[in-house]
Amino acid sequence: MRALLAAGFALAAVTAAFAEIAPEARRSGDDFVSPEIRAMQNDETANPGMLWVLQGETLWARKAGAAARSCQDCHGDAMASMKGVAARYPAFDAVLARPLDLEQRINRCRTEHQRAEPLAWESEDLLALTAFIARQSRGLPIAVATGPELRPFLDLGKELFRQREGQLNLSCSQCHDDNWGKRLAGSVIPQGHPTGYPIYRLEWQSLGSLQRRLRGCMTGVRAQPFDYGAPQAVALELYLVERARGMPMDAPAVRP
Amino acid sequence: MARVLINFPQRAKRGEIIEIKTLIQHPMETGYRLDSKGAVIPRDIISRFTCAYNGDEVFRAELFPAISANPFIAFSTLATESGELVFSWIDDNGQIQSEIRQITVE
Repeated sequence: MRALLAAGFALAAVTAAFAEIAPEARRSGDDFVSPEIRAMQNDETANPGMLWVLQGETLWARKAGAAARSCQDCHGDAMASMKGVAARYPAFDAVLARPLDLEQRINRCRTEHQRAEPLAWESEDLLALTAFIARQSRGLPIAVATGPELRPFLDLGKELFRQREGQLNLSCSQCHDDNWGKRLAGSVIPQGHPTGYPIYRLEWQSLGSLQRRLRGCMTGVRAQPFDYGAPQAVALELYLVERARGMPMDAPAVRP
Repeated sequence: MARVLINFPQRAKRGEIIEIKTLIQHPMETGYRLDSKGAVIPRDIISRFTCAYNGDEVFRAELFPAISANPFIAFSTLATESGELVFSWIDDNGQIQSEIRQITVE
């Protein structure tokens, strides 16, 4: 009996370690920031991310590449055509047979349709276009597709989220599922819902992508970070977005 | 030219106090940081900001290396008459970026 109980406890401990956050306990990163930062984010004239949105608006209408076409030439007014688009990314690309995140989609559009050079990761122009497109989904719920073709990528993302790694031997899940709301040094650990990317992070003094954020976390646990655009990084993004399903987008968000 | 966001009520009543908010894209490089090769990244900051209302300076700020990138400056002034507000950001090298905005006072 005692052995059975002990086994039961051991099993409970294992499941507890991998407990997902209950749906009613889920909280957007927006809930963890100070009132001052939230006020800065929600005031369009004080949110520094809006500087990139403005730049993105200019780039949207600028012709580029050998095709001499702008985003606007195909997609028209972004206010209408891009509404809710960022809330559905990463999305499956049938030609490449893998999911692409918003940055990769923009670059794919550039190489395929504009016949232009892809923009470098974290370059001002790519951040600006991403911010401008993400801005059109502000307030809309995250609604990423989860067809059978995405299942293996979601599973990979989930596995990576729970994979211990680095010299500190920590998984994403150990902080963001098991210990959210507690403090890591001076900062509150959020649940890790990517509602507001690209974000203006005060620590960065700049706008940055979700991939930059993930790389920061990985460096923090002293692991080798994924390369920008690596399939694992996109799978992890996909899992995170699915995990945040239904939460309102607040891009470009401001975070500490 | 750096990108700028300026916000204030375009129409105001005479004698009303209006709030003016400004945000400019700027790295505000302190001059104390090193790059990956150990060389000092040269200082590059906006050192002065002024706002003139129909030619009269109504606000001035001096900025220093501890001020964050993309500095946000908000202040208030008294709406006296219709005219223009000239915002100027002056960097270490004396480069000036000016923006002009109209205000209607009734």
